[in-house]
Amino acid sequence: MSAADTTAPAKVPPARPAPPPTPPAVTSSPTRRLAGGAAVPWALLAPCLLILAVVLGYPLVRLATLSFQEFGQSQLWGFKPAESVGFDNFAKVLGDSEFWAVVVRTIVFAAACVVFTMVIGMAIALLLQRVSGWVKTLINIALVASWGMPIIVATTVFKWLFDSDYGIFNALLSKLPGVDMIGHNWFASGPEGLAVITLLVVWGAVPFVVITLSAGLTQVPKELEEAARLDGAGAWGVFRYVTLPILKPIIVMLTTLSVIWDMGVFPQVFVMRNGHPEAEFQLLTTYSYDKAFVVNDYAQGSAIALLTVLLLLGVIGVYMRQMLKIGEVE
Amino acid sequence: MSTATVSGPRRSKLGWNLLGLFVFVTAGFPVYWMLNTALKPAKDAIDPDPSLLPTSLTFANFGRALDIADFWGPVGRSLVVSLTVVVIGIVVGMLAALAISRFAFRGRKVVIVGILAVQMVPLVAMIIPVFLLLNDLGQYDRLTGLIITYLTFILPFTVWTLRGFIVNIPRELEEAAMVDGCSRTTAFIRVVFPLLAPGMVATSVYGFIQAWNEYLYALMLMSQQNQTATVWLGNFTTKHGTEYAPMMAGSTLMAVPIVVLFLLVQRKMAAGLTAGAVKG
Repeated sequence: MSAADTTAPAKVPPARPAPPPTPPAVTSSPTRRLAGGAAVPWALLAPCLLILAVVLGYPLVRLATLSFQEFGQSQLWGFKPAESVGFDNFAKVLGDSEFWAVVVRTIVFAAACVVFTMVIGMAIALLLQRVSGWVKTLINIALVASWGMPIIVATTVFKWLFDSDYGIFNALLSKLPGVDMIGHNWFASGPEGLAVITLLVVWGAVPFVVITLSAGLTQVPKELEEAARLDGAGAWGVFRYVTLPILKPIIVMLTTLSVIWDMGVFPQVFVMRNGHPEAEFQLLTTYSYDKAFVVNDYAQGSAIALLTVLLLLGVIGVYMRQMLKIGEVE
Repeated sequence: MSTATVSGPRRSKLGWNLLGLFVFVTAGFPVYWMLNTALKPAKDAIDPDPSLLPTSLTFANFGRALDIADFWGPVGRSLVVSLTVVVIGIVVGMLAALAISRFAFRGRKVVIVGILAVQMVPLVAMIIPVFLLLNDLGQYDRLTGLIITYLTFILPFTVWTLRGFIVNIPRELEEAAMVDGCSRTTAFIRVVFPLLAPGMVATSVYGFIQAWNEYLYALMLMSQQNQTATVWLGNFTTKHGTEYAPMMAGSTLMAVPIVVLFLLVQRKMAAGLTAGAVKG
């Protein structure tokens, strides 16, 4: 019935030179535990796949075809048919130096968000193991509150914290000797404004990382850490050679998820800039949105969106391998 | 550090606790400042040198927030959309989760990869074709259109999370029930389903929160008259400026129920989301 039963005969003879792989297709599948007709699982999957095909499959195909067409206002209202223009949209996008500036900005922004989120998240997860119970409770309350807060609310609150005239952040900074930040506009320059948005993203993303890593840390065997310590490893050594390798699958999962989420940041920038991000604030998401809905060039917007998806594919490849491994061990 | 723990555990604990309190204050401050601003008189909110501690308490900002634009309409719409999406997502998602976690079949891997992959398509990339699709179908500015589009992210999420919960229920329980004469279906209903119930509740609540919090589609696909709760917050900023104190009151109205719901399920969710990750 179980995989162990079916695969056991192949494993038993250890001394013998490996025999030529006898009927391999059947025994090698580790997932073959509960046998069943193929019809049942597909019937269970059918509604889900059908809905996904309609709500996701179709728009994705449309996204791809759109990016090879000319599609603006007149095509939207049906005055003109959408004509294929080959790679014109891509040529236009890729030949635009602004696009490349946006790509670089998006990558730097996302990388900063991911690195800060992971490092701070790991530090807090480790800290939680060392503090007293009541401090742990306090931190958990703060984390859950910031995690559960709707992004749009968090963005609104940060806008208020960093308000140039009445923001508490400027007021607090100005209390430091020799600092006068009253009236300082954080959004006057792209880098400073994006730094505030990075802070907002990291603040919202850290709780998930902390709680997931904390769950992972409880699974690190205490005996292993003890043994390493007895062998003379310091705190860093134990972390580096015992804790980190055990947490690696979780870290890979969290990092890839963060990359995907942080590459897709939209409302934070959009709302912070009152719906009209300046050139210095454009990320791939807002840039694609701008091209489509502000300039009304849906085709170019689609081309940019498609390029964003392709950029993410590299990351998805890594993540997918990890998740498949998880799917395998069930 | 390791020597410190040996020589003086009490003293080193104090250091960690202080650091922990710093984390608490930093992480909690934006939430505190939202509540503080919401509850202070509007004129105190626009003090260039604001006081960190509460001044005098008032609920006037909440009244003002509810006055600025219709509040219950958007909340009602968000409720309808989120609840519908969750119900569809949980029913359809559970069947699919069952298929990929309890059956071995040809193409299972492809299905898993597919469901994971669609989770990664950024919503913003989809907005253009979704907008055109709903435009063609006459579903622009309709709640049904919004419900359909929300399934794009709720469905993969419910499938993957429920899978996590199902995997944590030992197969042996089902097998034992089947040995005792249950069919596979009754074994599922009588053995697995009760064990899965808390996970399903957690997944529903979490999915509800995600749908409730969605902003981009709600903004793009609904007109001003049909806006949802998240977009409602935008009403506080006009050409004449932003009314910050009522805005923070509005933010509080939006955030508190969600945070409380979230608090109830987050522990369970962390378990579901990471099921198998450690073992892998």
